[in-house]
Amino acid sequence: MSAEQSPKIVIVDESPIRAAILEEGLREAGFTGVVHVREMQGLLTRIYALDPDVIVIDLENPSRDVLEQMFQVSRAVRRPIAMFVDQSDAASIQASVEAGVSAYIVDGLKKERIKPILDLCISRFNAFSKLQDELDRAKSALEDRKVIDRAKGILMKMKGFTEEEAYVLLRSTAMREKKKIGEIAQSILTASEMLK
Amino acid sequence: MTGPIRIGFIPLADAAALIVAVDKGYTAAEGLDVTLVREVSWSNVRDKLNIGLFDAAHLLAPVAIASSLGIGHVKVPIVAPFALGVNGNAITVTPALHAAIMAKLEGDRFDPMATALALARVVAERRKAGAEPLTFGMTFPFSTHNYQLRFWMAAGGVDPDEDVRLVVLPPPYMVDSIANGHVDAFCVGAPWNSIAVDLGIGHILHFVSDVLVRAAEKVLAARQSWADKHPDALAALVRACARAADFIEQNHAEAARILAQPERIGVDAEVLQRTLDGRLKISPDGTFRESSRYLLIGRDGAVRPEKIQAAWLYAQMVRWGQTPLSSEALGTAMGVFRPDIYDAALGVAGQTQEGAIGAFAGPAFAADDVMGHLRAFKIGRWKA
Repeated sequence: MSAEQSPKIVIVDESPIRAAILEEGLREAGFTGVVHVREMQGLLTRIYALDPDVIVIDLENPSRDVLEQMFQVSRAVRRPIAMFVDQSDAASIQASVEAGVSAYIVDGLKKERIKPILDLCISRFNAFSKLQDELDRAKSALEDRKVIDRAKGILMKMKGFTEEEAYVLLRSTAMREKKKIGEIAQSILTASEMLK
Repeated sequence: MTGPIRIGFIPLADAAALIVAVDKGYTAAEGLDVTLVREVSWSNVRDKLNIGLFDAAHLLAPVAIASSLGIGHVKVPIVAPFALGVNGNAITVTPALHAAIMAKLEGDRFDPMATALALARVVAERRKAGAEPLTFGMTFPFSTHNYQLRFWMAAGGVDPDEDVRLVVLPPPYMVDSIANGHVDAFCVGAPWNSIAVDLGIGHILHFVSDVLVRAAEKVLAARQSWADKHPDALAALVRACARAADFIEQNHAEAARILAQPERIGVDAEVLQRTLDGRLKISPDGTFRESSRYLLIGRDGAVRPEKIQAAWLYAQMVRWGQTPLSSEALGTAMGVFRPDIYDAALGVAGQTQEGAIGAFAGPAFAADDVMGHLRAFKIGRWKA
């Protein structure tokens, strides 16, 4: 049985970057049978065709509820999903939900084979969130700089300030109002739009 | 009195009392610091409630029961001290299926027995012609939508597990799925039925209030352990929601505007107002239908979580083979609904509603006779 060698893992994720990061991690750990599904229409049919042992899905994906019906034995469900983890594995559930990922284990896969897959998913999802946070911070810093530059330009034009003086005014106002310089700069842009 | 409270919700019209309670400042007036967190799936709401990332949630009533019984997932006892909505779902079908049912209809088109029998004829004809079985979308295995669809079609002789396909679809995908032919019909809450009709790709065949006079829909759910530790906060939350539910019934237009905000439900206020008014466009040709029972938020005692509703939902889980019948489990299921907490929070004496379920088929439902309920129907997956 293929599950004994390398379980087949399906990654359901609309983010190609995150899926690639996860897929790479799984392959490095020796899990060779990894398939990435991006299309959510007809998801269940696609999963049945792939017949995986483990399904990994991100929690931002509404299609998680579609997978839940695989818990039920019915005509539509050929291989039901086993209880994701048993009652004693509350810590695993907590860690995976906090990381933003959920894994569904199809009946038949041995318990000791599940944990390394789950741990890997959790660590790769956490790594991706960290990357995403850094990227968001860099983006918003860049945005802030653009806004501050434009606000400085307005102050220089209207008040005849030098660039240095314009910046000092923005900074001291921000400190006084207990706000970020970017927010003060944004309110200058908004006000100047309105006064046009 | 307590720290910040995080409450999860799904963007649906019946999260209204919770959203208005927070956005009108009723929770703050009760001394609560509530943050609402919008979620994309019932699985997420359930899991985050179970592990404590949420303190409370807008939850499908059957999920609260399944969670307390440990069916389908980890067992975590849940309490439901407030009902966020009674009724509110509808069954929408493609124009093609609507025409097929109408062609076979004998009787009134709003009579669920007449449409269920017509559906059975359509199913039989399709089978004879070798056509694919019809596919019906619903929102979750433990959902009112699942049980309401099954109850309706089975009464007409259609076996929901053998004669058609029932598939789970997240509500935001329902409309796409009907548009591209993945499903022939769906049962979902507001506003998705109206959106399908507005796009000209669906007909609302039934308000679920045609099938059941009163059907518990979503509840305000909290972990039992949290409720035990924070009884004052829970009571305050119930009062804030009750005040919001009253406000909504008196002010449909303002409530619809609050709910329409992008970070709340995020659809047109006009569509939400139609939902609250119970006046829905049911056909792309512009036919409207009005029902005072379409969705009850804060009127006719809708906010009090009646135990008979929990019993009925448990009976459906048994009928469709999700769990075996036991009197202990029935007791646990009924124990999830907590009218006592509601009564104490509001300082009112308990008043149980008359005619609690009012199904269009079968004998009147009695919580102490689930077996009688099961035996009354030919189609079912339960084992004696």
